[in-house]
Amino acid sequence: MLLANHAKLMKFFLASEEVTGRKKLQKMIYILKKCEVPFEEKYEFHFYGPYSEELTLRIEELCNLGFISELKEKKSNYYQYRYQMTKQGEDFLHHSQVQLPPMEEKINLMKEKSSRFLELVSTMLYFDHLEPQEVEEKVRTVKKKQNYTDQDMAEAWVFISELRQKH
Amino acid sequence: MSYKHEQLDEEKVFKDPVHRYVHVKDQVIWDLIGTPEFQRLRRIKQLGTTYLTFHGAEHSRFNHSLGVYEIVRRILLNFDGRPSWNREERLLCLCAALLHDLGHGPFSHSFEKVFKLDHEDFTRKIVLGNTHVNQILLKVSEDFPQKVADVINKTYEDKLVVSLISSQIDADRMDYLQRDAYFTGVSYGHFDMERILRVMRPLDDQVVIKESGMHAVEDYIMSRYQMYWQVYFHPVTRSAEVILSKILHRAKYLYQNNYNFSLQPTHFLSFFEGEVKLEAYLRLDEPVVLYYFQMWADEKDEILRDLCERFTNRHLFKYIEFNPNLQLQEWMELYSLFRDAGIDPEYYLVVDSSSDLPYDFYRPGEEEERLPIHLLMPNNDLRELSRQSDIVESISGKKRTDHKLYFPLDFIEALPEDSTIKDRIFEILFKNN
Repeated sequence: MLLANHAKLMKFFLASEEVTGRKKLQKMIYILKKCEVPFEEKYEFHFYGPYSEELTLRIEELCNLGFISELKEKKSNYYQYRYQMTKQGEDFLHHSQVQLPPMEEKINLMKEKSSRFLELVSTMLYFDHLEPQEVEEKVRTVKKKQNYTDQDMAEAWVFISELRQKH
Repeated sequence: MSYKHEQLDEEKVFKDPVHRYVHVKDQVIWDLIGTPEFQRLRRIKQLGTTYLTFHGAEHSRFNHSLGVYEIVRRILLNFDGRPSWNREERLLCLCAALLHDLGHGPFSHSFEKVFKLDHEDFTRKIVLGNTHVNQILLKVSEDFPQKVADVINKTYEDKLVVSLISSQIDADRMDYLQRDAYFTGVSYGHFDMERILRVMRPLDDQVVIKESGMHAVEDYIMSRYQMYWQVYFHPVTRSAEVILSKILHRAKYLYQNNYNFSLQPTHFLSFFEGEVKLEAYLRLDEPVVLYYFQMWADEKDEILRDLCERFTNRHLFKYIEFNPNLQLQEWMELYSLFRDAGIDPEYYLVVDSSSDLPYDFYRPGEEEERLPIHLLMPNNDLRELSRQSDIVESISGKKRTDHKLYFPLDFIEALPEDSTIKDRIFEILFKNN
């Protein structure tokens, strides 16, 4: 199948309509992966949580091919990126036979959240082989600077369980 | 004296073509090097299939792991006594440096893709599981194996320790760039590492570079960039990688369809069945894989036989530049033509993209994706490298990406002369190339 992994990402952009922020995009794909959506980009733990260099490169390829558009916006002390599928992207996807489980509801839930919150959720999911209390301890250790509160954690647990029930 | 602090009576040295000598004085390090799990790295090549393009690239992950250890050892000599540096972390840094690649399997890039594996999971399993390495680390302290695993996994609490092994200017990259350049014989990939080591400073939870060392770092960033396109992503190496992946796919497919192999794929069974146990993983190294490929080159299955013959005898696929957007219709036509010609397109018509071999370019860390390289300015401010260096800025922007279409030219040439299929395939493949 031609560019199957690219096509999976295109399905994500089709479902999300627009994604704002590279960090948010990274975390959204990771969280979907942890919810059994079979994206194949490999993630490693970095300073700001799970991060995939492979995903970054693939997004660059999709931009260079003209399948998605990337809009760079100047913020006060950094740049923000906005991604959308193009008409050419839609044409490509039309010919692709890639199938993914439904993910629209999960995407909509995530889009409402901040990248900081999704960073917390993805970090908690990264340690999901541990007991819940150990997960929280680990998050406090590796994310000292983010100062996540008990309330943030509680909210994240609710969010994770909500996500797992959604399509 | 505790095992943690035990020193060898006499320092051991390994002759090394890149660093001249690798020095070992700690008993723990010496013992780790002697474990079967670490010695296994001698049988895993650092650059996988690259030796089919650059014949010198036969060096192993064993060489590289010793090299990373040596670089960290030298960095720590420079850190000694500086603020922000906790000397108690020394042995942890050295062990993590030495063991960081322990979980790599044979031709690990293709194996990981085809069998959905992650070498970092296996590193963790070797460090924490019932292994010789684990026994040695346990002798240091009960929680020491977990600490080593956390550093390698980048989840250790002291980020300074992690950044020595894994950051945008770390011992891992500094070793492999120089080592890969040396063994491939290319002239890029060289930079002044001694200078970089001299200007590295521990600062809070990161390693920063004194501003006076900026040009040495520029050289290092340029080396990464050039090595990527000239060595790591060489189109001929990618051809070998494509064939290797297709062999693994074919063998797995045959196994799942009850094919009767002349040589039973005993070492591959847990890979085909999707439940790879640590013991099976450690038994499968590159000489074993290459033995199977030689044997499978005599199999009855035509596709497996042909692909194995190609890999073993370096009879690789040819390639053309391909744009999946502009040439989508042509791709679909080629797919049908190959099938009509009796050349299975699932195995013999392959698009390979630059993202199929992730290689981390320097990224300035916009939107906090990754911690960038920070320069320590004379007034003690920190400045991100690309904001200070025009050279780095010029290669930190939008990246060049590419896609190539691989196919067996000899199969197409062997189609009957009067075949319209053959003419059309040639027309599509070579009209722009």
